[in-house]
Amino acid sequence: MLEVRGLSKQFATHRAVHDVSLSVERGAFFSLLGPSGCGKTTTLRLIAGFETPSGGEIWLNGSRIDGLPPFRRNVNTVFQSYALFPHLTVLGNVEFGLQHAPVADAARRVRQVLEQVQMSDKQSRKPSELSGGERQRVALARALVLAPDVLLLDEPLSALDPQLRKQVRAELKALQRQTGVTFLFVTHDQEEALALSDRIAVMRGGEIEQAGTPEELYQKPETRFVASFLGEMNWVSGVGIRPESVCVARDPGSNGSLPGRIAHTTFLGPHRLLTIQLEGGEVVTAQTAANTAFNAAESVHVYWDPSHELRFPS
Amino acid sequence: MTRLRSIFAMPAAVLMLVTIAVPAGIVGVYSVLSRGAYGGVELPWTLENYTRLIDPLYGGIFLRSIALAGAATALCILLGFPLALFIARSGTRKNLYLSLVILPFWTSFLIRLYAWMFLLRDTGLINTVLQWLGVIHQPLPLLYNTGAVLLGLVYGFLPFAVLPIYATLEKLDKNLLEAAADLGARPIAVLTRVTLPLCAPGIAAGAILVFVPSLGTYITSDLLGGSKTILIGNLVQNQFTTARDWPFGAAVSIVLMIVAVFLMFTVRRRGEELL
Repeated sequence: MLEVRGLSKQFATHRAVHDVSLSVERGAFFSLLGPSGCGKTTTLRLIAGFETPSGGEIWLNGSRIDGLPPFRRNVNTVFQSYALFPHLTVLGNVEFGLQHAPVADAARRVRQVLEQVQMSDKQSRKPSELSGGERQRVALARALVLAPDVLLLDEPLSALDPQLRKQVRAELKALQRQTGVTFLFVTHDQEEALALSDRIAVMRGGEIEQAGTPEELYQKPETRFVASFLGEMNWVSGVGIRPESVCVARDPGSNGSLPGRIAHTTFLGPHRLLTIQLEGGEVVTAQTAANTAFNAAESVHVYWDPSHELRFPS
Repeated sequence: MTRLRSIFAMPAAVLMLVTIAVPAGIVGVYSVLSRGAYGGVELPWTLENYTRLIDPLYGGIFLRSIALAGAATALCILLGFPLALFIARSGTRKNLYLSLVILPFWTSFLIRLYAWMFLLRDTGLINTVLQWLGVIHQPLPLLYNTGAVLLGLVYGFLPFAVLPIYATLEKLDKNLLEAAADLGARPIAVLTRVTLPLCAPGIAAGAILVFVPSLGTYITSDLLGGSKTILIGNLVQNQFTTARDWPFGAAVSIVLMIVAVFLMFTVRRRGEELL
């Protein structure tokens, strides 16, 4: 189990991480989610040992590790750029870590992990001869072969093209289940975080804004920032309402529906988004079935179940 | 675009042709002619200048020159690599240290060699100070030997080793060093397993830049080596001046050039195999 207590990192000119506390259960898929510059990567680098914290503690399985150099921490990193050694083959990269801490069954472990990431047949290639997806798998294998207590992943999917990203996302999740290794995953992509994680910590300005399961964060966001950052959100008279909770009708309902006009519709395959200009001037997006009967420029009324409204102290 | 690029390359190409290819061609022609009575060259054509080189006397000079240039190269790399590493990791002071490395070029190499003579000779600064301190009673033989030549070569060509190594270290992806540490490599293992192999092209370039001019040097051995250390460069110089045997001097030059080019390609091929 990984525990971070009151972790801070002050750089010369700015405060990158401030009083971050989180605890990651063994075997969990935990994501740090936030926009760029929110401190998520710095948090990861502090746990890996590449940066020295200005304050706070990092505990791993009951021992304090924040004073140890990276090569003494049983955590391994998958870098955003993968950072594969260009002068070594796939096999050389995967074996690299085992040469510094000799283990009895090294050869078997290398073979097994190369099979797990389906790179056995390409083990004598150099990184420059691999595709982006293959490099990512080698980076995973190189770290996983050391059986880390926690695997740190710094936006490992961002270098892949969008087509590949969803497929690799599924493979990543499967690999995590298969190996049972704790994953600490850094991403700015809320969809990625929602799809993969057991728990998510949303970061903003170096601090954790809210941590919880994907469902909790999506359904019960505690701040406006979290509500806006995860999924789509309409803001009507200071109240948040998700597009899928907005109902659209031609006639005014009995319980105070809002009149408006459909500005445009967006077809998204499984469903369609209606962008509705309310008479009060605000704009609301409603998610409807793909074969909805509504058309652009139509006058409509929108309403929703008040229990779906999200309110935040401002 | 290709045409524009070739136009840009023209001035340098012409300069290289006129100042390198043409003189080398002249030297090549001279090397197969006969010696003129008062210097210069005469017909008939002959290969005798090359066959004379088989004499063990000249073989010894070649071997000694190669050994000395090799030692100078090894020392320049051994001293230059840590220095380049230090500069590359110096953050904002990098440019200051780099200009310090280049600073000696602001003074003529000849003047700097005279400065070394002033330091090393029997009545020079080092011997005077050591005698004054009572450390020694007889002056140490610091000048006019092979050691002094080696010192002069290392001193003169060290920047040529530092700069290309620095350039590769500077380009080195910092993530690779972090990745190595992350995978359990201690700092020394990071150096030998990642930094050094990835620096091989810079080290090879530095080695060539030191080795080739060291092999042909004559000023350094002339001034610091006295008459004891005859190198290829001095041999060539002697043939063109005191010995007045231009064709033989030209033949020695051609062989020197072939040796240098051969060694350069060998080093480069080995470097490419490594990567």
